Amino acid sequence: MPSSVATPTKGPVKGPAEERTENVVPVRPPATARSLLRGLASWASVAWFLVPALVLFLVFVLAPIAVAVRTGFFKWGGIGPMDDFVGFENYTKLFADQVFLGDMGRGLYLIVLSITVQLPFALFTAVLLNQKLRGRAVYRMLFFAPYILSGVVTAVLFTMIFLPGDGVADHLVGALGLEGLQGKWLAEPSTVMPTLFLVMTWKYFGFHMMLFLAGLQGIPREILDAASIDGAGAWQRFRYVTLPLLGPTIRISVFLSVIGAIQLFDLVWVMTAGGPNHSSETMALSMFQFGFKRYQVGYASAISVVLFMISLVFSLFYQRYVLRRDLSGAVTTGGGR
Amino acid sequence: MASTLPSRRSFLALSALTALSVPLVAACGGGGSGGKPAADGKVTFEWWNIATTEPGKSLFPQIASAFTAAHPNIGIETTSLENEAFKSKLTATISSGKLPDVFQTWGGGVLQQQVDAGLVEDLTDALGWASDLTPVSLQAYQIGGRTYGVPYDIGMVGFWYNKKLFAKAGVTEPPATWAEFLDVVRKLKAAGVTPIALAGKEKWPGHYYWAYLAMRVAGLPALQQAATGKDFTGAGFVQAGAHLKELVDLQPFQAGFLGAGYATPGGQAATMGNGKAAMELMGQWGPSVQKDAGADLGADLGFFPFPTVDGGVGRATEVFGGGGGFALRKGAPKEALDFLKFFVLENESKLLASNGYLPVVKGAERQLTDANKKVVADSLVKATGFQLFLDQAYPPAVGQEVNDSVADLIAGKKTPEQVTRSITEAAKGA
Repeated sequence: MPSSVATPTKGPVKGPAEERTENVVPVRPPATARSLLRGLASWASVAWFLVPALVLFLVFVLAPIAVAVRTGFFKWGGIGPMDDFVGFENYTKLFADQVFLGDMGRGLYLIVLSITVQLPFALFTAVLLNQKLRGRAVYRMLFFAPYILSGVVTAVLFTMIFLPGDGVADHLVGALGLEGLQGKWLAEPSTVMPTLFLVMTWKYFGFHMMLFLAGLQGIPREILDAASIDGAGAWQRFRYVTLPLLGPTIRISVFLSVIGAIQLFDLVWVMTAGGPNHSSETMALSMFQFGFKRYQVGYASAISVVLFMISLVFSLFYQRYVLRRDLSGAVTTGGGR
Repeated sequence: MASTLPSRRSFLALSALTALSVPLVAACGGGGSGGKPAADGKVTFEWWNIATTEPGKSLFPQIASAFTAAHPNIGIETTSLENEAFKSKLTATISSGKLPDVFQTWGGGVLQQQVDAGLVEDLTDALGWASDLTPVSLQAYQIGGRTYGVPYDIGMVGFWYNKKLFAKAGVTEPPATWAEFLDVVRKLKAAGVTPIALAGKEKWPGHYYWAYLAMRVAGLPALQQAATGKDFTGAGFVQAGAHLKELVDLQPFQAGFLGAGYATPGGQAATMGNGKAAMELMGQWGPSVQKDAGADLGADLGFFPFPTVDGGVGRATEVFGGGGGFALRKGAPKEALDFLKFFVLENESKLLASNGYLPVVKGAERQLTDANKKVVADSLVKATGFQLFLDQAYPPAVGQEVNDSVADLIAGKKTPEQVTRSITEAAKGA
């Protein structure tokens, strides 16, 4: 601390108020220096607390991203020195690859279906189970249970259900007189994606239902009652009161669905391994195939970089334009201002 | 609301984890400590094997302790890993430039990459006892006339067939030519029997058909030439694909075969074992997997070699298969090679008695009792030529492309010409 700044504060002329303060703070620098000092001190302590997190973040997040980006510019088989620099060749190859372009199409397909089918279905069950209903706790638990199952267990389970000829699914559609569907499911390029979506919905709708239920319970009873008194019917109450107030929850559900669909791996890997003939392959699966089956590590890194960029760009835009209201609201409340 | 929202940081972390997984796994990994003599003169070396299931699971440690008991100055550090885990771990270890002293290998393209990187010991001169081994069993580990591995198991692919179902279709004799084979398929179909079980999801069982047809039509030298010249577009390869297409056009496979696994419930082996299909083209392990996944066909199960193709240069005695062996890290202690000699030569009868392996030592086939194993071993002894599984013989990128393209051909998504072009492209890019 520079003494020239501190000295004037020791001056003899003081008001009563200042004297009182001086009892608490014996050495009192002028306002600017004091806050600077406090700022520094708090920064130092904050920095100390941040060190473990920063190191982990650096070692396990930033450094690997950098390594992946660098590896993506090389043709490298995972063995020996990485010395064959190919620039953007991996990327040009990637965007000319029908399978990878298909991966992106299939990702979009799952996203669109998730948002237009899975989430509305989850919302519907949530609204249903928010009513006073006998045994609703049991239903809630049943619908949520698949989410707790591991992806691999789910996949093995459904591989058996969709087994051509012997599976439960074939017997079921047979009993319903829909023999045309038998033996297809995961075995036909034309039916594998809808089947996959069916399994995804089974596994994940319960999770979104729970989110919606929590959101629904946060809607004050009084507003709905007020709407009723104003003459709003059930649909109007849902459309103009419930739905807007559920906005933040829905926006997060959409976000999680999209990211989940982009990065989908375990379910597909175990159920179909991307087949038949790449018709259910996802980006994560392509990356795995090239990285760990073909040992084209450079190319696989390029795929992982693209996968990362897509997720990053989406999440940044989504936060900027869609979640903005929820975020600023949250910060305002959290700050107590 | 803010608490349920994943923060940007945690989101970044999640996506980055995906992004990092490839290079990270490939870039790090523990190195071997190497076989350095300790102060007391004791030599310890590392041994990585894939014996995580019986009979190897209990047999391999027995052999190792018998060896160390006889040589108190030698220690063995054993690491047993499941097949796929072993491959991943070895890849990670290799990129750090270090290998374990003794490690499992299947020979072929993967071994060649390791040899090219200067990581594997050349055993040619030290292997004075190589003449005790069958030439077929050594072939996968010979690169450019030098030997880089020691086999402990060898097998081959052929047709396993259900004699009862063949009889039902009025087929008395296994087919010897491709035309006869297609005829058998037609007869089986006419009799209401599914001719062939195939695991379309796993792709590698499908590549057996294309590879064998290429061997029969274009011949063994052509396959080797194509690999070194990186050109698979020759007429023989296109013809091989065309012959496979003849078979596919008969729709010989079980319903839903494109989604079927191999050893999984309802997969290829189960279909075959449960008597729901008449044939499968599979390696020597076929019967035991049938038993595990479905049922034991017992005396109803027969074996016939892949038929010849009229006008092709390949012969019925040329076999397609693979086995298992061990290679040494460059600079591994010489005691490690002594161990391999002990493992293979002095324990052959134990390996064979365990019913999990086929003989690599000359004359040992006489010890076999199992009828199915005997017929495979006899075919191997009489073999006039050998081709390693293409997805092991070639660099991984090429081998996987063979599997992928042939799977596309079987599903009707690629023509025979497109298959040869895709494989050539992969070979040139690898």
